[in-house]
Amino acid sequence: MIVKRAKLSFWERLYVPALLGGLQVTWKHFRRTLFGGKAVTMEYPEQKWVVPEGYRGAPYLVRDQTGDTKCVSCQLCEFVCPPKAIKIIPPGPAGQPADRANAEKMPREFEINMLRCIFCGFCQEVCPEEAIFLQRDYSLTGLSRGEMIYDKEKLLALGGTHAGVQKWKDKLDEAKEQETFPVKG
Amino acid sequence: MDWINNFVGGLTAGQQFALFSLLKVVIVIFGAVLPIVAYAVLVERKVSAFIQDRVGPNRSAPFFVKYLPVVGPFLVRLGIFQPLADGLKFILKEDFTPSHVRKVYFWIAPAIAMVPAMLALAVIPFGSTLGNQKMVIADLNVGILYTFGIVSLGVYGLVLAGYASNSKFSFLGGIRSSAQMISYEIAMGMSVIPLFMLVGDLNLSKVIEYQAGTTLGFIPNWLVFKQPIAFVIFLVAAFAETNRLPFDLPEAETELVGGYHTEYSSMKFALFFLGEYTAMVAASAMMVVLFFGGWTLPFAGLDHPAATFIMGFAHIGIFVAKMLALMVVFIWVRWMLPRFRYDQLMDLGWRRFVPLALANIVLTAVVLWAQNAK
Ligand code: SF4
Ligand code: SF4
Repeated sequence: MIVKRAKLSFWERLYVPALLGGLQVTWKHFRRTLFGGKAVTMEYPEQKWVVPEGYRGAPYLVRDQTGDTKCVSCQLCEFVCPPKAIKIIPPGPAGQPADRANAEKMPREFEINMLRCIFCGFCQEVCPEEAIFLQRDYSLTGLSRGEMIYDKEKLLALGGTHAGVQKWKDKLDEAKEQETFPVKG
Repeated sequence: MDWINNFVGGLTAGQQFALFSLLKVVIVIFGAVLPIVAYAVLVERKVSAFIQDRVGPNRSAPFFVKYLPVVGPFLVRLGIFQPLADGLKFILKEDFTPSHVRKVYFWIAPAIAMVPAMLALAVIPFGSTLGNQKMVIADLNVGILYTFGIVSLGVYGLVLAGYASNSKFSFLGGIRSSAQMISYEIAMGMSVIPLFMLVGDLNLSKVIEYQAGTTLGFIPNWLVFKQPIAFVIFLVAAFAETNRLPFDLPEAETELVGGYHTEYSSMKFALFFLGEYTAMVAASAMMVVLFFGGWTLPFAGLDHPAATFIMGFAHIGIFVAKMLALMVVFIWVRWMLPRFRYDQLMDLGWRRFVPLALANIVLTAVVLWAQNAK
């Protein structure tokens, strides 16, 4: 494509309008930033970006509405995790029983290496128990590599309670409803 | 004070001259130019930050800041300590010499870029007198010729850097700088001829004397008002000579990575950087002397050589203030205009400014002739 170049007037060829325009724009921004405090910079450690709801930050384990661990140590997330950031040690046959009455087991140890995690969200997607969620933390720091491996306690503490879908409560209610006759639709 | 007087009095005239020249060199270079250069970088960063809606350097805080209650954090916010951190960084960085460069030239190029800019300052009268010393390092009677001779050496540093680096980007940068600086040298040189036709002397101190006083009682006798065309040409040429935007083609980041200093790191890069800013200082100082009356102000008797120490320092202060104002112009223009294309740059230099400067010479000559004929 050939761009037609507009013929410049004598005045424009003296660069005067360009100079004045440049001065006007730069002065406007200079004044706004210096005297109006309108800098767009977010000064990070003091001001932090509040991420929107649904942001996929660090994956944490969550508890259910009664405060029990939701994870049942099925190890699907460990399997699906692309960078192999998750390490789960299942309880074994003689291990500690699950917190929840209607679950068979829960992990003895559950570690996510935040240095490996790529925040892809596969673990959240694959989890059959809705026990792991990518949450809104985006700035994870630590002074050593070891510190960046989050263990089960830490993940549960950071994850909090997931009060959204209460899968097993609904299932239980459904099952109870089946007991009576006629079955409600 | 007595022992100083006795000591100085005991020296021969030649020894006194050597002593005071040395003192002036040391004080001007290390006490004034290098700090001004360092802080010009800071001002540049701050001004550019504000123009681009940012905050600029505001973090570097040496350990003692926490003992200063209110002032400390304020200074940190201003970035006052940033030049110190930058300097430290430059010194501590690895000085890397790529294997493919021509070593000898690679090493001397930064020095050659830095030194002419500093030498050019030697003839600038930065004040009237202190005691019985003239505030100029070398009061040459061919001052301006010396400046042009020295300043044109600056291009060798860049060309040599481009050649020695043995890389495409540096080479292109070097070539561009040689063409650009040589072209604008001509326009610059011709733009000041009318000034000397008016003044009738090449000595820069005489140029300042000429600019003392006022016309019609309020317009200073500064040459910028008598020779506005010369000033415009000189200003634009100064931008080209110092490789500042809109004429920073030798180091156009978007095209040439870093231009002639692409391969340089650490202190060698810093020398180029300092050289550029020193050239800015020199160009600003030159403009103050040639067009803005040097150390004079047309009121309160400030346009006569100082009789007392206080007046002497006031004159130096006036000179520095004027120079800093021009430096801000240099910095500000960088954000006002986009970079020129190479052909536009050459076109502007050869086909606009050279004829304009010639016309200005002729015009001035005619006006002078007409005035003298009466
Ligand atoms: S978000 Fe992706 S990478 Fe991170 S733990 Fe989950 S599956 Fe692994
Ligand atoms: S977090 Fe979910 S997918 Fe991973 S082991 Fe626990 S229950 Fe299974």
